[in-house]
Amino acid sequence: MAISVRHVTKTFGGFTALNDVSLDVRAGALTALLGPSGSGKTTLLRIIAGLEQPDPGTGSILFKQEDMADRRIQERQVGFVFQHYALFRHMTVFENVAFGMRVKPRDRRPSRGAIREKVRSLLALVQLENLADRYPAQLSGGQRQRVALARALAVEPQVLLLDEPFGALDAKVRKKLRSWLRRLHRDLHITSVFVTHDQEEALEVADHIVVMNNGAIEQEGTPEEVFHRPATEFVMDFLGNVNVFHARLSDGKLAFATCELEAPDDVPPDADTARVFIRPHDLELDLAPRHGPSLAARIGHIHAAGPMVRLSLEATSGETFTAEISQERFRELDLGPGMRVFVSPRGLRVFTGQ
Amino acid sequence: MGLLKRRHSVLPGFGLTFGTAVLYLGLLVMIPLSALFIQSSSLGWRGFWEAVSSPRVVAACRLSFTAALTAALLNALFGFVVAWTLVRYRFVGKRLLDAVIDLPFALPTAVSGIALTALYAPNGWVGRALETWGIKAAFTPLGVVIALTFIGLPFVVRTLQPALEDLDLDQEEAAASLGASRRQTFRRVILPAVTPALLTGFTLAFARALGEYGSVVFISGNMPMRTEIAPLLIMARLEQYDYAGATAIGVVLLVLSFLLLLAINLLQRWSGRRHMRGV
Amino acid sequence: MGGMIQALRRAPAAGSARGGQAVTEPRWMSSLLLAVSVLFLVFFLFLPLAGVFAEALRKGVGAYLDSFAEPAVRQAIGLTLTVAAVAVPLNLVFGLAAAWAIAKFEFRGKSVLTTLIDLPLAVSPVISGMVFVLLFGLHGWFGPQLAARGIEIIFAVPGIILATLFVTVPYVARELIPLMQEQGTQDEEAALTLGASGWQTFRRVTLPNVKWALLYGVILCNARAMGEFGAVSVVSGHIRGKTNTMPLQIEILYNEYNFTAAFAVASLLALLALVTLAVKALVERRAGGSQSADEQPVEDEV
Repeated sequence: MAISVRHVTKTFGGFTALNDVSLDVRAGALTALLGPSGSGKTTLLRIIAGLEQPDPGTGSILFKQEDMADRRIQERQVGFVFQHYALFRHMTVFENVAFGMRVKPRDRRPSRGAIREKVRSLLALVQLENLADRYPAQLSGGQRQRVALARALAVEPQVLLLDEPFGALDAKVRKKLRSWLRRLHRDLHITSVFVTHDQEEALEVADHIVVMNNGAIEQEGTPEEVFHRPATEFVMDFLGNVNVFHARLSDGKLAFATCELEAPDDVPPDADTARVFIRPHDLELDLAPRHGPSLAARIGHIHAAGPMVRLSLEATSGETFTAEISQERFRELDLGPGMRVFVSPRGLRVFTGQ
Repeated sequence: MGLLKRRHSVLPGFGLTFGTAVLYLGLLVMIPLSALFIQSSSLGWRGFWEAVSSPRVVAACRLSFTAALTAALLNALFGFVVAWTLVRYRFVGKRLLDAVIDLPFALPTAVSGIALTALYAPNGWVGRALETWGIKAAFTPLGVVIALTFIGLPFVVRTLQPALEDLDLDQEEAAASLGASRRQTFRRVILPAVTPALLTGFTLAFARALGEYGSVVFISGNMPMRTEIAPLLIMARLEQYDYAGATAIGVVLLVLSFLLLLAINLLQRWSGRRHMRGV
Repeated sequence: MGGMIQALRRAPAAGSARGGQAVTEPRWMSSLLLAVSVLFLVFFLFLPLAGVFAEALRKGVGAYLDSFAEPAVRQAIGLTLTVAAVAVPLNLVFGLAAAWAIAKFEFRGKSVLTTLIDLPLAVSPVISGMVFVLLFGLHGWFGPQLAARGIEIIFAVPGIILATLFVTVPYVARELIPLMQEQGTQDEEAALTLGASGWQTFRRVTLPNVKWALLYGVILCNARAMGEFGAVSVVSGHIRGKTNTMPLQIEILYNEYNFTAAFAVASLLALLALVTLAVKALVERRAGGSQSADEQPVEDEV
């Protein structure tokens, strides 16, 4: 089911959590709201769920083109998975999952047997069949997470909303649950939105990423789009490591450190300063200057333990930055600390103005 | 809703529960208490002064104040020792000792009153022993102090216990590793850390003791000018239908306890701030 | 008691497996501190408590039981039960309402409301009774009108109930508010997203979460309601066989030098106090137990 957010603003006291945000969530997609803490992503999720209301008179939430303003939260049919799961601690796993069905008005409540069947199949879906009689306190973090998911799915929601679904788990469990959520979404095909501050998680799990900052949307698109074609400096900086150089522009030429090259077409002609963003893996290293733009630098620290070799470099003009090269290339060049190298950018993004 | 504007929440029932709470408190607490102040203001300053400056009233207020202060000081000292042993040591019967600390909260004051009197009266278990040393406990100001110490004890112990439990052992070990003796560590590391809790407990015990009635009236003997406490004098005035006199003493007591409560609030805000800065 | 001190361990302080020499006192010091605190508690808590039962049974079980045959005593017990039966449910409803509003919502004036709830604790019991005399007494504000209509409040049961309500206002609310604040609103929000109505949410989610604190609050409220002396003494008028509660009856019996009967009635209230303490210990163990279960979650298998 498609969700539309139209011009929503939300303030808490003097703090603006969301500033005129509009967003379309495609039906059946798995969308990530990605941003640092305080960017408004959780507030947006809670407004979609109906747990918060937009500021009076500032916009609307539409489910399938239908305005939800007067819909009570019970009637919105959203499945919400809370960051700390909010499992009912006095109920067993079974009772937690059954809760949503048991509180239905009598005429719409499934029979006892139907409830039992449904809970069993949901627990099978989240691979917890044999823990039905445990209490939340007796479960691991990852198990609690899956119970919360099963509980949300039990009411057959039209939308699944997850607030930092893996935030409280340790790194290994998080990795495992990510691919599991991906698979689950593929099987169920329910429109899902999840909030995360972890760019790696968003890039790996989501079909569609919405990058948020300071209560506004910076960019949205597929993982490839936001990663390879970041629209703003913030997105460039937030998704992955990046080197920033201050550059001067004159006569269509871009100069930073000791490097000079043709300015890209999208740079406004009247700008005279710019910031150049280059990802560490977009830098190539050579022992001799290459044909084309490059800059001279000295190798500082070398961090070789990992799939890529990371080098701290200092340009002869003083800027420090990092580069990542493959292990093969590293051995081929036989690099060591203090050596002088020539660095050429393979790809870069230029931003001007404020 | 003006002053009581609330932030939107999806949870239902705010109007109903808030309304119930305000109505209940208004009828049961606010209106009766304001009656006291309105009644006393009708006395005028002169009438008020006359009512509270008679020697009997002054003696009663002085006794209430000094006995409450003495009892609170005793509780601060012994309460600290009790809280320390309960938090730091392990011994047989600790659970029982810990549970019984709240007895003065749970035991009706009239029961405490006759029980303490029976114990500390000249023919009582403890009173007899004290008599041989020439100490009279019951029916003297000392008896008042004993009763007030009894009712104030849990306030000090219960506010100190969590503070002592929160103490970071690392800090004590750090102090020891820097060459501090146990005594120095106590004075310079432990005591400053729990001082806000100790002061809060002390003030709570003091405030409670100021207004205490039931546990005192039996053991004090109620001799005017000597062992008559302020709340008892209020009672006596009411029995003579001297509402003005009773109100005046009541206002003095009430203002004193409010000032103490205010002090606790300021103290907690202050120590809360100090705590935050440390984090 | 020597054995008690002998059994003293160098406790590796509160709940910690660490703590060596550096953070414990010398043995003589810890023994001294323990002896002081035990003696203090013996003289101030244990002996008075034991004294109640010893005095009550001094003339034997027969005399003890006879004390309760006295009609005035029976009436006092009945009135005390009546007062508690009115005061406790009212304060239970109020406590739940106030805790729900204060713990689950943000609104201006919240601290004023919290202070108002605590206020009766800071007021001398005698004053708590006196305010109702000022309002409803014969020479009070509404006294003449009430007297003209033949309505008795002061020196009658309604006054006793009012004074008891006043002093017991804080107990249930104070137990609930901090706990409900700590638990936040996520559980309730979760229930609402799952389709539960407001009432279902309250009954199936909120109430089970606070049931132990609620029980303790009710027990404390009941103990105070049955045991209140000062406030009730002011409004009661001590009319024998009519307006005496158990604590007031104790005073009368004691002043008549009928110590056995006084302590017999007192022993009932002392038992009630012991039950209160036991419930508290139980509630704390429950709360502590669920917490320690939370602290040791099962490891995730990866």
